[in-house]
Amino acid sequence: MDNNEMLRVSGISKSFPGVKALDCVDFSLRKAEIHALVGENGAGKSTLMNILSGVIPQDEGKLVIDQKIQKFNGPLDAVKAGIGIVFQELSLIQNLSVAENLFAGRQKTNFAGFIDFRNLYARTRELLSAFSESIDPRTPVKNLSIAKQQVVEILKAVSHNPKILILDEPTSSLTHKEIDKLFRLLEEMKTNGISIIYISHHIQEIFRIADRVTVLRDGKYIATRNVAEIDEPEVVSLMVGRKITHNHINRDSSIDRNTPVLQVRNFSHKKYFSDINFEVFKGEIVSMAGLVGAGRTEIARAIFGLLKPSHGTLLINGKKITPNSPVEAIAGGIAYATENRKSDGLFLDMTISENSIAPQLINFTHRRTDFLDQHKIDSFVENTIRTYGIRTSTAQAETRKLSGGNQQKVLLSMWLGVAPKVLIVDEPTKGVDIGAKNEIFSILRHLADTGTAILVISSDLLEIIAISDRVLVVKNGRISGEMPHQEITEKRVIAYASGIASNNS
Amino acid sequence: MNSGENRSTTVQSIAINLLTRVLEVRELMLIVIIIIGGTAMSITTPIFFSSSNFKAILLGLSVEAIIAAGMTILLVSGGLDMSVGSTMALSGIISCIAIKFGIPVFFSVSLGILSGTLVGFINGIIIAHWLINPFIVTLGMLSIVRGLVLILANGVTIINLPESFTILGQGKLFGLQFPIILMFFVIISGDILLRRSRFFRQNYYIGSNEKAAILTGIKVKKVKIINYMLTSTLAGIAGILMAARMASASVNIGTGLELKVITASVIGGASLSGGEGSIAGAFLGALLMGTLINSMNILGIDVYWQNVITGIILITAVILDNVMKRRRESASQ
Repeated sequence: MDNNEMLRVSGISKSFPGVKALDCVDFSLRKAEIHALVGENGAGKSTLMNILSGVIPQDEGKLVIDQKIQKFNGPLDAVKAGIGIVFQELSLIQNLSVAENLFAGRQKTNFAGFIDFRNLYARTRELLSAFSESIDPRTPVKNLSIAKQQVVEILKAVSHNPKILILDEPTSSLTHKEIDKLFRLLEEMKTNGISIIYISHHIQEIFRIADRVTVLRDGKYIATRNVAEIDEPEVVSLMVGRKITHNHINRDSSIDRNTPVLQVRNFSHKKYFSDINFEVFKGEIVSMAGLVGAGRTEIARAIFGLLKPSHGTLLINGKKITPNSPVEAIAGGIAYATENRKSDGLFLDMTISENSIAPQLINFTHRRTDFLDQHKIDSFVENTIRTYGIRTSTAQAETRKLSGGNQQKVLLSMWLGVAPKVLIVDEPTKGVDIGAKNEIFSILRHLADTGTAILVISSDLLEIIAISDRVLVVKNGRISGEMPHQEITEKRVIAYASGIASNNS
Repeated sequence: MNSGENRSTTVQSIAINLLTRVLEVRELMLIVIIIIGGTAMSITTPIFFSSSNFKAILLGLSVEAIIAAGMTILLVSGGLDMSVGSTMALSGIISCIAIKFGIPVFFSVSLGILSGTLVGFINGIIIAHWLINPFIVTLGMLSIVRGLVLILANGVTIINLPESFTILGQGKLFGLQFPIILMFFVIISGDILLRRSRFFRQNYYIGSNEKAAILTGIKVKKVKIINYMLTSTLAGIAGILMAARMASASVNIGTGLELKVITASVIGGASLSGGEGSIAGAFLGALLMGTLINSMNILGIDVYWQNVITGIILITAVILDNVMKRRRESASQ
């Protein structure tokens, strides 16, 4: 028995009606170790996490924490046993101060039951300074950047003095700089003796921060390795159970360089971007790389009529258009698949069928009346589900119940149904597992091959390399670099995005 | 022996399936409850089961049900209108004042209904363009319009109206009063439109996810404004029917009506968070409440208890809805 062991999970199983979410999984965490937990969506990471944090009980198996067998009857038991957890979705109360959030429900009160604010702020300052953070404890959380909110969320878990800290996708909404800071914070915790379970989709991060990595697949334990003895492709192949290769197909022949479909000329906006000039040719996939907040989404929103540029022109197939709303942009042949599929892309409580026809209801009415033609809808949707490989038993399934990858396919199918001339896709594979990722790539490729001009906004460098015919790098609202697919490398993109290189130098 | 056991288990499972189906389709559940309650009442007292009593129930709920058609569309789109009761009074008062001024009945009635449409237009513009919470806007409008009614009528009830006007509320076709006939027309055509027409289906998209609806090119503002205009117009029509039936335009008519209408819609399956509901359901919700109140009157139960029981039914309906939803969700996981 490893004396240095903080947590041992042995033979944990958990079934939900119809699914075995965890099947006899083992996992072990050492003292002061950062241990990455990876797997595709549905591999069982969240279930394991929910069991460790006492949210749900396991069917079988046991948990040993610091040499003691534990049985959790609720989240409070887990906290008492020394487990802290930071969920992916922030759970802070936006209108309350940092201090009140950190010590929610644990504020010291005076004799009359009023909160002792002086004590509260002092304790908060102490906690913040321990991790070299200089946030005013009185600041309402809503005034903080997402990165700072993430820090507060983590410190909230830390304030319970956990022995084990579980982090679920902590970097999903952070910029590169903020990620660096977060990683320094985690290193600091590690030196303070805290053991960390780190869950992430970004495999590169594991190599920066973790000591060991455990892979789960389909609810089963696959392997645990020292990070120093493994490389990225090996982690990926353990996750998917087969080798993944990115076939880079030479698509130059299918791009028509004489026919620019989308032309953006001198696009400027007071706040977000200036002097944006580029075009996307017929059959071409152009990616926009850059840091979060560089202005890429805003450029896309301006093209789609959601944001009014202060000047500049937009041409579709050589014809000038000035869309003032999505309605006009769609009429002009532009489609926009948003990066936030849950909050403003899909109608989660509605069926796959209702979602996939949403942008073109008018095309599904009976000839002369305004009544919808159910036969027309059914045959269209059946075709859609087949074409895009959406995995569902019925077109009447609620979209909420689909996996991330399938939801993303539904979102794309909505827009491909209208046969746009230009398709803008913002983060096409955010929160999508590797298998579905490749399917989405081939959907986009096929679409480009049939003549659509595609503009992809992506923060995932591997995705950019796998999919683009050309890359534009955006920095501080300007295009700082451009390169054809032969020249795309992670290093060059990062150099342009961070301002180390520019096209002129 | 063994086969008999099998048969009883199949019968049992069919019964359970049927029960879940009835519980899941709100309209079916309401019909079953109304039939059970009605049968019980018919056995208890002979007065209940008579065509004159049924007509009285329908006439009593006709005004509510007509407005509930519009309110349901609003709720589906994630909106709400608290000002319908005041709007109803406004329309009645304006048309009756116009009649007293010697304006022909047809024009007076049109003027009354249009005043309702205008209230809805103002509600819609403020809510859709300035993105103000519909509850607050229409709550303000409830007060404004009620104030205008008092000012216009100088606080008194207008009486002595010509028969050419009162016939609208008292006249009969096939033995049914006009308000009942109009109610059936509004409910049936409204239900079909909300279920099948492209324009009204857009409300489910807006109520389900407004941001996504904007991105998919649905003209959200336009649809919302039309919804408010439609609901207020129906309230205006209801106001005319009420004044004609009573042969008087009272300043207090329609007070608290908005709550009854919303209750009917919610019992019928609409949700205040938008995205669900049906007009047939709203009618059945109104019918359930109407039947219940009628029964309580017949049984001589104190009027004050009626409010208590209406509230209990509303909350029970919502709890039941929630429980069913959670059961379905956990079953599909």
